[in-house]
Amino acid sequence: MSGGSGDAVLAVAELRTRLDAPGGAVRAVDGVDFELRRGECFALVGESGSGKSMTALSILRLLPEAGRITGGRVRLGEQELLGLPELAMRAVRGRRVAMIFQEPATALNPVLTVGRQIAEVIERHTGNRNPGKKVLELLNAVGVPDPARRCGEYPFQLSGGLKQRVMIAAALAAEPEVLIADEPTTALDVTIQAQILDLLARLQAERSMAILLITHDLGIVARMAQRVAVMYAGEIVEVAARDDFFAAPQHPYAQKLFEALPSPQKRGAELSVIAGQVPSLAANFTGCRFAERCESAWDRCRTEAPRLIPLGAARLVRCHLRERGPAAARHAVAIAGTEEVTYVAVESEPVLAEAVELKVHFPIREGLFKRVVGQVRAVDGVSLTVRTGRTLALVGESGCGKTTVGKALLRLLQPTGGRVAFAGRDLASLSGAELRASRRGMQIIFQDPYASLNPRMRVAEILGEGMQSLDVGASDQERSRRIATLLAQVGLPAEALQRYPHEFSGGQRQRIAIARALAVEPRLIVCDEPTSALDVSVQAQILNLLKELQRRLGIAYLFITHNLSIVEYLAHEVAVMYLGRIVERGTAAEVLENPRHPYTAALLSAVPMVEGKRDIIRLQGELPSPVHPPAGCHFHPRCPEAMPECRLAYPEPVRLSRTRTVSCLLYRASKVASSS
Amino acid sequence: MPVILATDVLVWLLVLAAAGYGLYCRRQPHLAAAWQRVFRSPAAMASSVALVFFLGVALLDSLHYRPALDTRPGEQKAYGTEVRSVLDLPLADLRGNTEKTYSAPLAMVSYAKEQVELPNGKMGREFPRLRFGGSHLKDASEWAGDVTRRVLAGFAASVLLFIMAALVIRRLGKRRPEIPWNAALAAVGGLLFVTGPAVALSLCYHVLGTDKVGQDVLYLALKSVRTSVVIGTLTTIVLLPVGIALGIMAGYFRGWVDDVIQYVYTTLNSIPGVLLIAASVLMVQVYVDTHPDLFQTAAQRADFRLLMLCIIMGLTSWTGLTRVLRGETLKLSQLEYVQAAHAFGVRQPRILARHILPNVAHIVIITLALDFSGFVLAEAVLSYIGVGVDPSTNSFGTIINAARLEMSREPVVWWTLATAFTFMFVLVLAANLFADAARDGFDPRVRV
Ligand SMILES: Nc1ncnc2c1ncn2[C@@H]1O[C@H](COP(=O)(O)OP(=O)(O)OP(=O)(O)O)[C@@H](O)[C@H]1O
Ligand code: SF4
Ligand code: SF4
Ligand SMILES: [Mg+2]
Repeated sequence: MSGGSGDAVLAVAELRTRLDAPGGAVRAVDGVDFELRRGECFALVGESGSGKSMTALSILRLLPEAGRITGGRVRLGEQELLGLPELAMRAVRGRRVAMIFQEPATALNPVLTVGRQIAEVIERHTGNRNPGKKVLELLNAVGVPDPARRCGEYPFQLSGGLKQRVMIAAALAAEPEVLIADEPTTALDVTIQAQILDLLARLQAERSMAILLITHDLGIVARMAQRVAVMYAGEIVEVAARDDFFAAPQHPYAQKLFEALPSPQKRGAELSVIAGQVPSLAANFTGCRFAERCESAWDRCRTEAPRLIPLGAARLVRCHLRERGPAAARHAVAIAGTEEVTYVAVESEPVLAEAVELKVHFPIREGLFKRVVGQVRAVDGVSLTVRTGRTLALVGESGCGKTTVGKALLRLLQPTGGRVAFAGRDLASLSGAELRASRRGMQIIFQDPYASLNPRMRVAEILGEGMQSLDVGASDQERSRRIATLLAQVGLPAEALQRYPHEFSGGQRQRIAIARALAVEPRLIVCDEPTSALDVSVQAQILNLLKELQRRLGIAYLFITHNLSIVEYLAHEVAVMYLGRIVERGTAAEVLENPRHPYTAALLSAVPMVEGKRDIIRLQGELPSPVHPPAGCHFHPRCPEAMPECRLAYPEPVRLSRTRTVSCLLYRASKVASSS
Repeated sequence: MPVILATDVLVWLLVLAAAGYGLYCRRQPHLAAAWQRVFRSPAAMASSVALVFFLGVALLDSLHYRPALDTRPGEQKAYGTEVRSVLDLPLADLRGNTEKTYSAPLAMVSYAKEQVELPNGKMGREFPRLRFGGSHLKDASEWAGDVTRRVLAGFAASVLLFIMAALVIRRLGKRRPEIPWNAALAAVGGLLFVTGPAVALSLCYHVLGTDKVGQDVLYLALKSVRTSVVIGTLTTIVLLPVGIALGIMAGYFRGWVDDVIQYVYTTLNSIPGVLLIAASVLMVQVYVDTHPDLFQTAAQRADFRLLMLCIIMGLTSWTGLTRVLRGETLKLSQLEYVQAAHAFGVRQPRILARHILPNVAHIVIITLALDFSGFVLAEAVLSYIGVGVDPSTNSFGTIINAARLEMSREPVVWWTLATAFTFMFVLVLAANLFADAARDGFDPRVRV
């Protein structure tokens, strides 16, 4: 699509980018064509490492040192960008094409005030010598409250959401024609993400700006984009209008991505996974790059690389299969083994672990003598129960204390108050030796598979460490036999034992972490966002594995997450946390299908969904600091339903059904009684 | 009769330890990879050639003995009181052929006029011929030709050796093509083209002149190398255990342990290091002076002072390493694999040994490499102000100290200072280049 329609602002053709890496040149972008039209949001989706960011950086010619563009054309309006001298390119960056990055923290200059940074862009590109008023307008436009004060503040004084808004303001300062947003909300919480996405959509409409949105989240694509391109291994494999794409993805890879998404409809079934991994971009490809992982691949796929085949209006697919015509719509493709949505009766199982009024406060020390000047109330009176063989999901925004609850439950942190019990024994009363013994029963899997394995130990040592320390297995032979079975259980080859963690992909590392936890035969595993660092297809593998282990071994999970579709897929019970307290809990069916607490409702509505549309309840502001929680109901400053009495006292939990409690004044005992 | 000085033992133990570490690295893929990254840098290869040269000199100079005196047969063997080293054997001429006083590099006459008896019997002032420098020449007109001939001969030998080195390195290059052997070859070439003519000339001249008491400056400089290397390496082995233990403990245990350690190093850091070192050195000096019976020879006494200097410098400069390690350990102990180890009930010592120590090792290596040159320079400064090594120990600091007066003489004696400066410059530059390469190889943040 070299010519394109007349209103294309940015046309990329045959773009090729190489990166010099120790293992040989990596072809991060390998012949990418697309065009961006005026006023349109064009989404580029793909798994990590597929070359999305490199495409964006190549357009702006901001490649890392090892990178260089080896071919192609990038036309911005009438101007060819790749041939421009660097000086002219600088006038383009920020002026005509602006970019916002995933990590707002690192993209702002820490020693300049917010106002100064935005003013600089304005001065540079518009020659406006007195940009003060414009800066305030911009900050206002991106929804920064109290812009006059914020202008004089430094980036470290702002929260993540505010920083991202400031970045957007700086990007918009010179009124660019094109905005490139590389995962603009990945580092943010769902409620903040919803705010930022709203903002982008509004700005796009108001200024008829074109947005190139890079993301891995199909939910965000569904919400924001008009057109979609799917990237795989440095190539675009499918381009389509959003609705066409969501109705009937044409490339086998895109189809698989949808099938791998967890959702309540798939509860009883295994998620479909994409076997294998994204191929190394250092290799030479002869056939289709997806052939090794594609279920429909045949001989031709391995010998002949598919071209982009046009399919109807403005639709392109890179797959030999599509020469025979388009694929069927997505929902017609039956999901194998789908059962009725099954929510098992939760109370049928005995309580395995329990926290009662758990409190964890971290003292804040200051000054020469480290005086305690305050307390971070990370967890402030949380009660929950985990039952044998069941999954309790703990959801909430980052910083609300989820991980701290998990660690305190395992006594990795010393609780400040309250009680934790495991298998009927109060953990606080245990002596050192007894506590060590009880560690066999409970384990933890962490979020970041890169930080959770010691890079200096071989897999065999990693798996053996816990067993040795907790005296699992009588002899070394028995332990190594057990390690071998564990590896098979989590689906890793036996030769993995002698290798180091860095030789594995994220998903494989997470499997090693799971095997390490399983090694001591725990009955409870705290899973702390175990899939949030992983791609959808890998996430599906891990979720399948966890589910299967629960079925076979009867392990209970405390599943900490902010991804509600995983909760819908996996959890039996849900507890929603806000600022150190649980505001609503109940069975998954109760909470997710009919949220009662205003925060739960807002949280659920903020998640961008692939299927259907929800009305979004917009929350103002951000999670307050747990050092000075708001008086009364902690949620009242953001609550759309707040009443004057909400400021007075923290609402007591109200029991709405046998399994469900809510802490909100809307459900005072009298009111519940009168409404029922 | 061999004489075993304390620093000799420690230096050779260090060589053994380094060899052991090398073997260990071969078996640890991540360490092997890191060192390979280091040696993939041309600067590292070139600087290691220079460092190996200095190290070789220092090691030869660390095998001491007392020469046997000539005795008649039947008589009991007697040994001189003077302690020499193996390095003195090839340098015997340089060492033995002293002049009366200053002479310029390659000179055949003294630097100052003297009262001499003229052939006609009268007394007069003129530049007397040197005892050794150019003594084979009949008169001054032969000098230029002789020097040129010797330089050319030296070059010829260098070229020959260089060709041999090139052949060996070509072989190595075939085995490990990823390593920039050419940089090493260039450094070897540079070294040979300096040493070749220098050796040729030193047979009949004082290449770098002589000092106040007529000692060959080249000899003094070569003997000073050992002091620098000893200071640079032994100080770090004093510093390492203290720095590592305190840094890791502060970062890992936090609480009052951290507070105490932080107070100690903050306090230490607020006292000027030179003052602390001067005070300690003076105390050692007093001790040495009041216990003369502890030392058999002057060399041993000087060596004791050198060792104490290393210890004192080590004990006053661990704070930097501790601070960095504390920060890194604070970060590491929050990492999830350490938390996971806690969840397994793994005991503290094991967590420290398996999970923390190996993951801060790169910082230790980087600090070691960076500190080396710092200590070499510090020694020069300390000796210059008189609180460094024993005045009888050859060191760049003592040379510079002596040069203080020579610079104010008229005409200026420039060559001692210039020699000390050049030697130290090359040593420190090589060490710094190597340290940079080590940092690039070991620092995970530098990697792409
Ligand atoms: N500085 C670099 N040096 C060498 N290779 C790199 C560098 N940066 C990225 N790569 C490689 O380039 C390829 C594309 O990377 P890119 O960052 O564009 O992926 P992405 O699709 O944006 O992934 P993510 O979703 O993780 O952001 C990958 O194979 C990656 O490993
Ligand atoms: S070309 Fe073949 S291997 Fe590639 S996606 Fe299509 S069917 Fe699969
Ligand atoms: S108690 Fe009030 S402020 Fe809190 S959630 Fe309920 S309605 Fe909102
Ligand atoms: Mg990216």
